[in-house]
Amino acid sequence: MFTYAAKRILMTLPIMIGVSLVCFLLVHLAPGDPLISVLPPDASQSIKDQLMVLYGFDRPYYEQFLRWLVRAVQGDLGTSIRTGRPVAGEIFKAVGNTLMIATLATFIGFVLGTFFGFVAGYFRGTWLDKGASAAAVFGVSVPHYWLGMILVIVFSVHLGWLPPTGAGPGGSEDWRWNWVHIQHLILPAVTMSVIPMGIIARTVRALVAEILSQEFIAGLRAKGLPEFGVFRHVVKNVAPTSLAVMGIQLGYLLGGSILIETVFSWPGTGLLLNDAIFQRDLPLLQGTILVLAMFFVALNLAVDVFQSALDPRIQRA
Amino acid sequence: MTALLEVRGLVKQFPIKTGLFGRPKSFVSAVDGLDFDLHEGETLGLVGESGCGKSTTARLLMHLVDPTAGTIRFEGRTVGSSELPLKDFRRQVQMVFQDSYASLNPRLTVAESVAFGPLVHGVSGDEATSRANSLLARVGLDPARFAGRFTHELSGGQRQRVNIARALALQPRVLILDEAVSALDKSVEAQVLNLLLDLKEEFRLTYLFISHDLEVVRFMATRVLVMYLGRVAELGLTESLYTGSRHPYTTALLGSLLSMDPDHRAESAPISGDPPNPIDPPAGCRFHTRCTYAEAVCSARIPVLTPLGEGHSVSCHMSEPGSGHARAPGRAA
Amino acid sequence: MSAILAGEPAPVPIVRSPGYWVTVLRRFSRDPFAVIAALVVLGLIAMAVFAPWLAPQDPLQGMSLRRLRPPGSEGYPLGTDELGRDMLSRLIYGARISLFMGIVPVFAALVVGATIGIVAGYVGGWTNTVLMRTMDVFFAFPSVLLAVALAGALGPGILNSMLALTLVFVPPIARVAESVTTGVRTRDYVEAAKASGAGAFIIIRKQVLGNVLGPIFVYAMSLIAVCMILASGLSFLGLGVKPPMPDWGLMLNTLRTAIYTQPLLCALPGLMIFITSISFNLMTDGLRSAMDIKA
Repeated sequence: MFTYAAKRILMTLPIMIGVSLVCFLLVHLAPGDPLISVLPPDASQSIKDQLMVLYGFDRPYYEQFLRWLVRAVQGDLGTSIRTGRPVAGEIFKAVGNTLMIATLATFIGFVLGTFFGFVAGYFRGTWLDKGASAAAVFGVSVPHYWLGMILVIVFSVHLGWLPPTGAGPGGSEDWRWNWVHIQHLILPAVTMSVIPMGIIARTVRALVAEILSQEFIAGLRAKGLPEFGVFRHVVKNVAPTSLAVMGIQLGYLLGGSILIETVFSWPGTGLLLNDAIFQRDLPLLQGTILVLAMFFVALNLAVDVFQSALDPRIQRA
Repeated sequence: MTALLEVRGLVKQFPIKTGLFGRPKSFVSAVDGLDFDLHEGETLGLVGESGCGKSTTARLLMHLVDPTAGTIRFEGRTVGSSELPLKDFRRQVQMVFQDSYASLNPRLTVAESVAFGPLVHGVSGDEATSRANSLLARVGLDPARFAGRFTHELSGGQRQRVNIARALALQPRVLILDEAVSALDKSVEAQVLNLLLDLKEEFRLTYLFISHDLEVVRFMATRVLVMYLGRVAELGLTESLYTGSRHPYTTALLGSLLSMDPDHRAESAPISGDPPNPIDPPAGCRFHTRCTYAEAVCSARIPVLTPLGEGHSVSCHMSEPGSGHARAPGRAA
Repeated sequence: MSAILAGEPAPVPIVRSPGYWVTVLRRFSRDPFAVIAALVVLGLIAMAVFAPWLAPQDPLQGMSLRRLRPPGSEGYPLGTDELGRDMLSRLIYGARISLFMGIVPVFAALVVGATIGIVAGYVGGWTNTVLMRTMDVFFAFPSVLLAVALAGALGPGILNSMLALTLVFVPPIARVAESVTTGVRTRDYVEAAKASGAGAFIIIRKQVLGNVLGPIFVYAMSLIAVCMILASGLSFLGLGVKPPMPDWGLMLNTLRTAIYTQPLLCALPGLMIFITSISFNLMTDGLRSAMDIKA
């Protein structure tokens, strides 16, 4: 298994380089003045020039790219133009916040999704199936940012049970593990969970239905295996793929958290990305996109290796 | 008899990819040095166990895969060269595939499948359709009922008839039948075989009949070529091969046929062991690991295809004069 | 030479089996949810097309005095927005842009992605590796991130976000196209077509496309709902449609400030997105089931 993992890591390297290249190009091919957020429009040309040299914007593109890449590998993602603080530090703080809601959301989505998927798959064709499948379609079709707003309307505006925005009282960014703070966690996490719930429910439903229709199940029942035993077999067969899907969904939530975090003003990487875009803070933007994309690549890799460990057939493919 | 197809030294190796960048680490020699001629008007049967390279040979002859080495000549001209461009060659040699279902496009009607070949070669739409219809009639499928049907609406036998019609649409000289009847029920098989015999006579075709079913080959073929692990084991006229085989493998294959005579019971299996791994074939004669007559020379040297007279050839040390085998002719007693 | 053409041409076939798409349509019509969803989709498209005739008022004109009236107010069945514009009219007109931005990028991606995928799948070898590895690099980004990053880089505006969305959907479509084409390429009937002497173009056109475009098309359709949500999301963030154009996502953004005073107004644009998205999803689900003919 380790040789397989090593091979896969090796194969991922060119992709990682490609990803960082795309990252860099995305940000630098954008029209507009990179220093627009820091300098007042009437700043003198000499100051502009000095700042350009300071940030390295005057160098040719390939040189900028290589310098950035080399430093990034060592953990230095440059300095934010707007705040002057190191980019890596900002991202690190934000990632922790996003991971909190993302992991919670993935967990909720996995539990609910598997439940619905099993119900739908076992009771295929009945109204239970229709109901569970409806939940799945709902999860996949609902615009999650809108759902977030609806939940805010219901639980914050009308009922006043949960806070509408922020990670802490008064919009503070410091996290404590107390009930007040956890209240802030609930709405964003639940909102985020619907998409993974829907996708996992669909996947599990299809898998369960397919496994149950296979002949070896009929063989097991004919042998007299009690229904619970059959159920365990189904679970064993469904587990690898559904766990893999869960892993990928976590990656999607991490990378795509910007919409939810905007709705809830949650201080995570999504909100950071939002700020970076609108303030045209290039180093911050580059760094954030890179980190998020790398997370996704790493997660994909982990899922791959995990799946191959569970299913030896994949290794030989 | 003129030789329509001449095959010399045909080799096909498939790489097995295990290297990091797909660089092949080892090879499978599916076909490893094949020499034979296909004479006009005959039916040459090609027999052998699964994995011996029969289907690969068919695809090589059809130029659906490129050979690693060797030459194929049609009427003395090298195929694919300026003397005989590939597209012209295609009009001369056609193939009927084994899997009748997979070899028909599920989205096309039967008539469209049959008409495809002529259309590609510049025949007009109406002309191609009428050609397709008359061919369907000729293979026993009434065009009024069948021409508008799709693959999934036909039975196995009907599909194979369509495949035959399709192969004939380009008016070829040679038809390669790759296990064409192997997947059919026995009664349907008999009908299709008789149809093939009729067509051969009417259109003066030459057949290369590939099969693993020795009884069928005996019925259809005028000459037979026995393959083992990508090489020729034995080659000769059907009857002389079936009654007087000289290669231990051929003898064993024939011995494994169940006799209709209840008094003729086989005491023990005539052949032992599984076919060896084609990736790592035995040294020398490929068959020596399963041969009851194997001696030291059999694992040392590859036997040469030795003519025995009347078109009968065998590649076995026992028949090769001066090979060093105890039973070889020409050794001083 | 063989004389295969002896005899007169045979008569035209009498039996014509129903074609593939007719069968698909029949199976589709047996699923009530799919049919209802399809009707809703058609209704929404009709609403977008006939907006000028359906909307009671000008979606761009508003009076500040009448801002944020709740639904059910006199003269404004669905209320007014933060600038006093009639919600009903804005929702109806919003269908135009929202549907446009959901459908067009997917179709553009279909054209580009399918071409890349089919070529890669049919030719194989180095071409395949190069094309697919390039697609993999873009696949390494979660779609939301890629869309936002591209839109952010290109700047706000309808054209820019449509370009960004197209680029986001090209890799998944190319991947599906490549895998389907590779599956078909190895089939016996393609080999038989090659054996007939046909060149690559003819084979692709006559033998491969018919079997390949169906699944690719259905997959692309299933992406429309996602594209709509993403497009509206971009507008919601301020990266897509610019005010004062009526777009459901943008409306969600601008009405957020009223979430405490007029929550119902807030909810309406998102409801439209939801209805559209779920109808497209149910419709394409039904289509996929109908096409799954184990013939």
